[in-house]
Parts: sequence; C-alpha cells; structure tokens
Amino acid sequence: MTNNNLLKVEGLKVHFKLKRPHLFGPRPTLYAVDGVNFEISRGRTLGLVGESGCGKTTSGLSVLRLVEPTEGKIVFDGINLCSLKAGALLEIRKRMQIIFQDPYSSLNPRQTAGSIVRDPLDIQEMGSSKDRNDRVSELFSLVGLRPNQKELFPHQFSGGQRQRICIARALALNPDFIVCDEPVSALDVAIQAQILNLLCRLQEELNLTFLFISHDLAVVQHICDDIAVMYLGTIVEKTNRKELFKNPMHPYTRTLLSAIPSRRSSKKLERIRLRGDIPNPVNIPSGCRFHTRCMYAEELCRTEEPKLIEKQAGHWESCHFETTTL
Amino acid sequence: MNNPSVESENTVLSVENLCVDFTIRGKQVHILSDINFTLGRGETLGIIGESGCGKSMTALALMRMVPSPPGWISAGRVVLNGEDLIKATEKRIRNIRGAEISMIFQEPMTSLNPVYTVGNQIAETIRRHRDVRRAEAWKEAIDLLDIVDIPSPERRVREYPHQLSGGMRQRVMIAMSLACEPKVLIADEPTTALDVTVQAQIFDLLKKIQNDRGTGIILITHDFGAVAEMADRVLVMYAGHTIEEGSLDEIADSAHHPYTKGLLRSMPEIDDDPDDVRKPLPEIPGTVPDLLRSIEGCPFAPRCTFAMSKCRDLPHYFDLGNGRSVKCWLAQEDIQAKEQA
Repeated sequence: MTNNNLLKVEGLKVHFKLKRPHLFGPRPTLYAVDGVNFEISRGRTLGLVGESGCGKTTSGLSVLRLVEPTEGKIVFDGINLCSLKAGALLEIRKRMQIIFQDPYSSLNPRQTAGSIVRDPLDIQEMGSSKDRNDRVSELFSLVGLRPNQKELFPHQFSGGQRQRICIARALALNPDFIVCDEPVSALDVAIQAQILNLLCRLQEELNLTFLFISHDLAVVQHICDDIAVMYLGTIVEKTNRKELFKNPMHPYTRTLLSAIPSRRSSKKLERIRLRGDIPNPVNIPSGCRFHTRCMYAEELCRTEEPKLIEKQAGHWESCHFETTTL
Repeated sequence: MNNPSVESENTVLSVENLCVDFTIRGKQVHILSDINFTLGRGETLGIIGESGCGKSMTALALMRMVPSPPGWISAGRVVLNGEDLIKATEKRIRNIRGAEISMIFQEPMTSLNPVYTVGNQIAETIRRHRDVRRAEAWKEAIDLLDIVDIPSPERRVREYPHQLSGGMRQRVMIAMSLACEPKVLIADEPTTALDVTVQAQIFDLLKKIQNDRGTGIILITHDFGAVAEMADRVLVMYAGHTIEEGSLDEIADSAHHPYTKGLLRSMPEIDDDPDDVRKPLPEIPGTVPDLLRSIEGCPFAPRCTFAMSKCRDLPHYFDLGNGRSVKCWLAQEDIQAKEQA
C-alpha cells in the first residue's frame, strides 16, 4: 500500500426523510451530513468537533454503516464499505468498533459485565468457550477492572467503571479502528481524566486508530492529532491540533474557541458572540451555511457555497475570505 | 465552628452549620455536613464538586425543598435578610420562594410545563406573588422575555416550550426566575445541557442582570471553566462537606486542599500553543465514597496521597484569613509553620 490511510471518507452524505407534514405533502429531508471528506492514518486520532446537531455523531455512525449513507464512499483499508453485503460487512466489522456516549444506556442491564464483554466474541465465533473466557479476563485487567467483577451487573458499577466495560467490549475483537462517540461527556471531571488516560494508553499499546467525536474542545485538544470542525453537516476547518489552536482560521472555529470559559481570568480571548441558534438542518441556508450567524458575511456568502480548500499546508478551510486578516 | 467569612451589611444570605440527613433503608445518612457560607449583594459564589457531593442538595436546602421523606434539614440556619428560612412557616416560605430567592434548574425541558405557553407560566409566577391583573402580568412577561434577549417576544410569549430551542428555554427559565426581582438567584448547572456558544450567551445574560439589579448568584457546577467565567468566590464540596473556600484567583492559583488541587489538575485545558506530544492527565485515583457507609474522619483520606494517621479524625475549618478556609489537617501544619517562622 502506498499511503498509510486506514480510513478514507469521500463526499459522505446522510439525509433522513422526515414524516409528511400533511397527508399529501412532500416528505421533508433533513440534511444531517452533507458532503464530508476526511481521512485517518493508521495509529492516529481524528477529532470531530461541533455543536449538537451538526452531524458529528451521524458521521461516526455512518462510517461503521450503523446508519446507511445516502451518498459517498467510505474506504476502510482499501475496501469500499458502501458496496459490501451483510456477510462481508460482518467480517470487516471485526476490525472496527464503537464506544458510545452514555455508559448507562449502552449496557444491557440484564446481562453481567462478563457476558457483555463476551458478546462480540460469541457473535464472531472466536475460538473455544474457554478461549473466550480467558480473553474476557484479559480484557478486564487491560481496562483496569478486576476479573472477579465479571459476574456483576451494570448497575453495580460506577459511571467510570461502566465506560471501562464499554471500552473492554470494543476491544474484544482486537479492532484496528474505534469510533469514540463522546466517550467522556457523561462522566465526572475527575473520572474523565482516568478514561482519557486509559484511551491514550490503549492506543499506544494496541496501535489503535480513533475517530473521536466530542463537543469539548479541551478534551479534543488533549487526545487528538488532527481535528475537523463541523457546522451543519459540513466540515468548515480541518488541520492538525497544533495549527488549529495556534492559528484558527474559520470564523466559526474562532467563535467556538472564544466561547470556552478560560480558567485564567487574565488570559481572556477577544470575545466573538454568536446571535441565535444553529439553523434547522431541514432548511439549510443558501450559500455558506454559517452566513446567518457570521460577522464577516457579505453578499457572496449568501449566494455561493464555499469549498473546503487547502489554504496553508495541511490547513483546510471553507470560507470565501481570509477573515483572520480583517 | 463559626463561619470564617465575616458577616457584613452587604450580606444577603448566610448559611450556618447546615446539615441535611436522609433515611435510606432505615439508616441515617449525612448528605450535607456542616455547610457554612455567605453571599453578598451582587456577588457570585461558585459551588463546585463532582456529582453526588451534595451541591444540588445545598441548593434545595436553601429553598427548603429537600425531598421529604426521606430527607430533612437536621441542623443549621439559612438567614436571608435577617430571616431564618429554616424556621419560617410553610406559608411564609412559599411567598419567599420565587420572590426573594429563586432557582434555575439544569434541564430546561423538564422544568417547564409542556402544556402551558411560556407566557402563561411566567405570568403565573408574577400573579402568585403580586396583586396584578392578568393583562398586566402578560405585558410584564413580554418585557421579561425582552430582557433575556429573546427575539420577537410578542410572538414567543404565545409559544409552548417544545417550540423553543434549548438555549431559548433556558432564557425563559431565567425570565421566570427574575419575575419578582429576587435578591438571590440559584443557578443549578444552568448550562450543562447547552452548547458552548449558547453557554457563553447565557453567562453574558446572567452577568448583565447581576450588574443591573445587584442580584446575588449562587452558581452550582462541575465545570471549573464556568466558575472561572462567572464567580467571585468559590466553594469546593466533597462528600457533603465544604472542603475549601476562597476567592476565584486563590483557588485557581494556590489551592490548599489535595482534592481541589487534584480536581483542577485533572481537567484538560485549552492551550493556544499545544505541545506536539500528548501528556497523560494527572488523575485522582479511586472514586467518590459511598455515603451509605458512614465515613470516619476526613472523607477524602482514602484517595489522598498525603493521608496521615491524623486524618482518621475529621479536620475542622482552618481559617487562612481573607475569607479563605480549608478543611484539611495539612492547613494546620502550614499555619503552625508560619507562626514559628
């Protein structure tokens, strides 16, 4: 293989048809993800950041084909996932897993922790029954749980421990690639640090590739190598993390950064405040999607949609102007 | 123990030795132990801690809304403008709630009534506390929506909560809590359910209201960033105890209690110029104690790297001056060392 990309997403679109508002009316379309391109190299972490409703979770789910993409190509290790049939998809899903946001609702309350972690091994029929049990014990110690906790039920664990069970389940099949969908946002601050450290350690030990979805820029800065900022179903800026925080370009990225309360009262960024809320993804604004809330918006922004172009080496932005110099 | 922060004329609310107990499976559990603090006019006090540390229960106790049974306020005083709320009659407390002290809840969707328009709900609060006509209250509701920066309030006032976005609902909650110009506003995680850009808007709004009216705000949160943005003073809670109190800068720059230090270090923070390699975050080992098991001595001792034999006894508040107090034996050593020097 010439390039080191494990995952390549091209022109990904996910549209949902909504319920008819009237009996004979047309079904409105919700443009959850509307033309997203990114790639992740092996062993690296791409962060998808944005406000709620910007399509970051839908992107993550459709990469695993848990949500069917409407259009676009998802190439995982040279194989186009969109054209795969159920059997082949099951085979390739051994290599890709997901950790969900809420460890309270993503674990079956009637299954023991051990059998939850064993489930993927049973589904994929890996080894003998004894092998599977040994693997479960190994996974428990890998994520920092005691093997004698296998017989306990999810409600007997704390939030942090439950997220460890979810991580163990995701690791069960030795995957190459894991989608982490807001893995720490439901956890307490002190526990967040424990889980983030665990994810970093596992990534180095097992050479994992992460797609890390989060709304928390501080967490993303801590864990990701590359970051893509999403707004209303599209990526508005994409670069490595050093560049993004040192030299943010897109007006939306800069607004996001300035909205985060800083711990040091002395170091206050220049404030950019947005008015109003994120527009409804059913009625996407014409032209640039951000023009309704952007302070630099001009006539051009209302009519023509900007493309995501490489403005500096490795720094992609989708904006008609160079707003950093204004 | 007396509260170290000096009570002055400026004080609107003072809480003294407040204790809340619950009966859980026939056992008496201390949910809040010995809470002390004061709130001045136009001041913002941030209460920070992990979930289950008793910060929301403190807010409920101030409003006399501790769920009962199983809970009750077992000791202490909550003095608002010279009146002890703990001793107030049920009828009196109902007049105080919403008029003199009001609360913004975390989840704006569940705290608004889905079957009434927002105008109806705001006007109801106004008419409950003041003798005004329906039409007047309605007009005031529109004015309040305008104050909290809701666009076209005449239209919005007729809408139901489900027609509004999360940020707008939280604005409606704020409008409702401001209806009777309360002296104290308790904001219990007001922005946890909201996006960062909306969170910034809500904080700006709260600050503006505080400037205009001199309202004292108690901000309850687990996010130190939010506290740093809003608060003048900070109270750190752990397992039902207030373990440290001080001004924002003192807590941020020179925390004394090992838990405060650990908590602040474990939060990732945005850096304008990040390093190329990622470093592990310093973490606090273990989890918060189960309050069902009675805790002897310092509640943080089992997780504390500095724990010593003395920690088997509960430390009392050590006053470091300037309204700064710490509940840790290490502080005593610091004070002694200073005296000897």
